[in-house]
Amino acid sequence: MRNPQLNKHGELQHLLTLDGLPRSIITQILDTAAPFTEMAEREVKKLPLLRGKSVFNLFFENSTRTRTTFEIAAKRLSADVINLNVATSSTKKGETLLDTVDNLCAMQADMFVVRHESSGAPYLIAQHLENTGRDHIHVVNAGDGRHAHPTQGLLDMYTIRHYKKEFHNLTVAIVGDVLHSRVARSQIAALTTLGVPEVRVIAPKTLLPTEVEKMGVRVFHSMEEGLKDVDVVMMLRLQNERMNGALLPSPQEFFKVWGLTAEKLARAKPDAIVMHPGPMNRGVEIDSAVADGGQAVILPQVTFGIAVRMAVMSMLGSH
Amino acid sequence: MQLPDAEQLIAQLASAMRPHITPATALVGIHTGGVWLAQRLHALLGLSQPLGSIDVSFYRDDYGAKGLHPQPQKSEIPFDVEGAHIVIVDDVLYTGRTTRAALNELFDYGRPARVDLAVLIDRGGRELPIAARFCALTLGEPLPAGQNLQLERDDSGALTMRLIHA
Repeated sequence: MRNPQLNKHGELQHLLTLDGLPRSIITQILDTAAPFTEMAEREVKKLPLLRGKSVFNLFFENSTRTRTTFEIAAKRLSADVINLNVATSSTKKGETLLDTVDNLCAMQADMFVVRHESSGAPYLIAQHLENTGRDHIHVVNAGDGRHAHPTQGLLDMYTIRHYKKEFHNLTVAIVGDVLHSRVARSQIAALTTLGVPEVRVIAPKTLLPTEVEKMGVRVFHSMEEGLKDVDVVMMLRLQNERMNGALLPSPQEFFKVWGLTAEKLARAKPDAIVMHPGPMNRGVEIDSAVADGGQAVILPQVTFGIAVRMAVMSMLGSH
Repeated sequence: MQLPDAEQLIAQLASAMRPHITPATALVGIHTGGVWLAQRLHALLGLSQPLGSIDVSFYRDDYGAKGLHPQPQKSEIPFDVEGAHIVIVDDVLYTGRTTRAALNELFDYGRPARVDLAVLIDRGGRELPIAARFCALTLGEPLPAGQNLQLERDDSGALTMRLIHA
């Protein structure tokens, strides 16, 4: 069966997940993003690639950073960007997801950037577009439920490649709430596809999905052991809003055991970088001294995120 | 067709440009052949302004038809474009569309005082009102559309012209 993200020529048609996306496409996205990072030097911070195209930001779930960086990326490519805060509009009046999509297609949409609390919603839209023969319209998943957040995973890979150059000699630790994290799933998929020999997850048992080992990771239940000699520490946000039930003690106790402090970070290699997808809970999963310290690359991640999203959108918009 | 000697053409091009060079003159090569050529001219002419390079992938007018170049290079303009005298350098001038894209990109960095175009070979076949101020060789007969003439560089850095039949 054909990969639903690729068209019949093997080009990127939609970006839905990094799981199963060929290494060549991931590398192409990272390579394409590199020249976009130079935009800051220009008087006019705009490229004409998506001139005349309409990009609809379709956010069924709140987000500031992701929506803003997608908006900036699309605008730097000269697209017209329309932001729909669907959480407070038509869906409240009873319109179905696909009816919303059909209406926006009638307004000549060229691309949908979709965030949804349900896993698979962007697939549903992509499939609907294909079934109705509208293959000139592209879908980018900006986060669906617990499933995937591919552009976050890609910008993380861009950041790692920027600081560490290669993937084949790295040990990478993903720390925290893996259970509720679509970011972690996208990171694991990309890291394994790009050939990182050792991907670790460090978390309490209650915050790990069952059979997480099948994703090709080594599991640690202790920060001290898990962080030993790693090159990259990828922190996850504690997702209180997705938790129902008593999975955790108090935030203070969580910080004591699982929070990243300078003392715990000292277990990693001296040149290890610390990443966080944001928004950070200071004093819960990460100590301020680490978040603002010399090993943190959290703000460069945000800047690289714009270039990576420009790369994805310009590759999609080229056919 | 007997291919011209690239090294000889480079020397001719440098001689043609030399009387028009000022301390404010800056070269911008177009990837990839134009960058190699610009490096040579920069050394031959002893220019003081740093060398710039442009990849026009993001400004091409056939993006919708051909898609994005799989490995675009970074454009680097290490001098202030505002008020500069710039010479765009490319190996071969054909339709003029690459030059158009390079001009558009350049103007996104600022407003140059003057922009000239220097090429090794004008192969004919223009589709836009663009002409090179400096050109080492103009082909008497325009090259047929199916053929592609470009600069190549070997490991020692020597440049040669190569004809590719598409």
